[in-house]
Amino acid sequence: MSAPSGNIALRCQNLHRFLGRDEGRVHVLKGVSFEAQRGQVYAVVGPSGCGKSTLLYQLGLLDQPDDGQIWINQQLMSNHDDAARTAARGEHIGFVFQFHFLMQEFTALENVMMPMRKLGRLDPDAMAERARSLLAAVGLGDKTQRLATHLSGGEQQRVAVARALANQPAILLADEPTGNLDQQNSGLVFDLLMRLAKENGQAIVLVTHNPEIASRCDVVRPMRDGVFV
Amino acid sequence: MLMSLACIVLGVGLFIVTQATTSGFEGFFIKTILGTNGAIRIEDEIQDTIRSMAARSENSDSDSTFQVAEKEGRKYIEGIQEPKLIMDALRRFANVSGVAEVLHGDVQIRSSFKPDSAQVYGINLDDFLKVSDIDSHIVQGSLEEFRSEPEEGALIGSILAQRLQLAVGDSFILQIHDQTARYRVAAIYETGVSDIDRVRVYLHLSQARSLLQKPTGASFIQVNLYNTYRAPEDALQMEETLHHSAAPWQEREKVWLDVFRALRVSTAITVSVFTLIAGLAMFNTLAMIVLEKTKEIAILRSMGYSRHDISLIFIWQAAIVLAIGTVLGWALGAGVTYAISNLPIRIRGIFATDTFIVSWSIWHYVEATLTAVVMVMVASLAPARRAARLEPGDVIRGTAT
Repeated sequence: MSAPSGNIALRCQNLHRFLGRDEGRVHVLKGVSFEAQRGQVYAVVGPSGCGKSTLLYQLGLLDQPDDGQIWINQQLMSNHDDAARTAARGEHIGFVFQFHFLMQEFTALENVMMPMRKLGRLDPDAMAERARSLLAAVGLGDKTQRLATHLSGGEQQRVAVARALANQPAILLADEPTGNLDQQNSGLVFDLLMRLAKENGQAIVLVTHNPEIASRCDVVRPMRDGVFV
Repeated sequence: MLMSLACIVLGVGLFIVTQATTSGFEGFFIKTILGTNGAIRIEDEIQDTIRSMAARSENSDSDSTFQVAEKEGRKYIEGIQEPKLIMDALRRFANVSGVAEVLHGDVQIRSSFKPDSAQVYGINLDDFLKVSDIDSHIVQGSLEEFRSEPEEGALIGSILAQRLQLAVGDSFILQIHDQTARYRVAAIYETGVSDIDRVRVYLHLSQARSLLQKPTGASFIQVNLYNTYRAPEDALQMEETLHHSAAPWQEREKVWLDVFRALRVSTAITVSVFTLIAGLAMFNTLAMIVLEKTKEIAILRSMGYSRHDISLIFIWQAAIVLAIGTVLGWALGAGVTYAISNLPIRIRGIFATDTFIVSWSIWHYVEATLTAVVMVMVASLAPARRAARLEPGDVIRGTAT
């Protein structure tokens, strides 16, 4: 098995994943192979239950494959232990989920600083400065001190995008990032993702049911019954 | 979380209060027995009894026989024959702060009101003051009056004085066999120990010798120590070097000390139930939080927070509540202890007090804190571990168990 070339941020080969137990055991991913280059936006589309989100969690090292390999920035990660996969997530991967999952007790600024605090590359002042610039980039520069509960749904999702970009990850994985937003906010968040990916040279893989958003991505990969078609 | 906090405050506070009161009474009891009967009592002389066996050589031609002597047991000879020598030897012990010889005997006491039985204790006042708190137990009259009346002055216990209706300045008669003598009450003392206050009459040693017809020797020597908690070790050494039985206060008062210890332990266990409830409440609260915050845990894990980091979040949460609860518990404990120390309660029998006795010791606070720390932190470990075990993929997918 050859390692991925330099421009490829993420690659998986022959991924298999079973979910459930005993009679309820389902073969969700059936030998999926995929690669994502820096600066490109990929849409994974397909009907519900076809394995899109499961693939995304595999690629984001949130879940372990039953078989197959995953490379992150040319490093084989699929056979590493939990600690190494956790560290790789913090350093190389940003997540945006359908629900923002912000920490409700914290401000927008503090939410964006959380991944930076864990990575520990910057001092507190630099973290705050970077968080402020990210919030400004997503159009929330004047709401940095608002509690998450005091932001609208669209604003919360934009904070989640800023948080996902906090550690300048090479890969941004988004699971229906606009699925919970109205049309106007969907466009806003998607445009934001596209712009940032192009500016920062990040590989973005997003799972979506929205054909309009999928059509605006660089690459569209339809999935059915656990395989790309 | 408020329930956990309240239980920690109550648990720590009540632990401190119960320990302060039980050890307060225990400490006061110890002070009383040290102030009345001293740290060590040197009494009867010990003599080893020897068993000897005659042995004959196998060679019957030779006429050589020999004897083997071995210790068979020990015999006690009542009293101390040479008290001055023993006292001189005792003063050489580094931990000894005072020694006093005492001669005692049973007598009949008779006032104008009625007769009764009593025990005479002959003392050298200056020596006896170094091994007892008799001066602080005087409730009527004064020791100076006793000192100024070497011929007929007597110190009499408060209960005995009451029973015989004796007051300071009154005369009474002591009788042993056909020997009688008249004395005057120079002072009345009250130790609070009814066994003492009911029977003891202190006389000057010379008067006691005359009454009891014991011109030499002593019944026992009362010893006081700088470090009274070393009494058992010192007593053992004294017994070996002086060949007289030596009883430390811990041995003499073992029954009462065991009662106090049992009381202290049992109250600590009872009160620890509050801390146990605090632990259970903490377990319940944290377990609920883990259930409520699974998404947040998963998000933190997706950001690169390790299982250990997640555990620490919950343990910190418990630790913060524990810290606040403990500090409030200290305040509660100190406040209630202070309030209790002012409560009136009249106790006579094993000591005398008119208010609750409390002991202020940093160790009660340390013990209460340790109990709370152990219970609460143990209780928080399971939810914290459960939080750390959550698989972020399962949580976000909605299949976490």
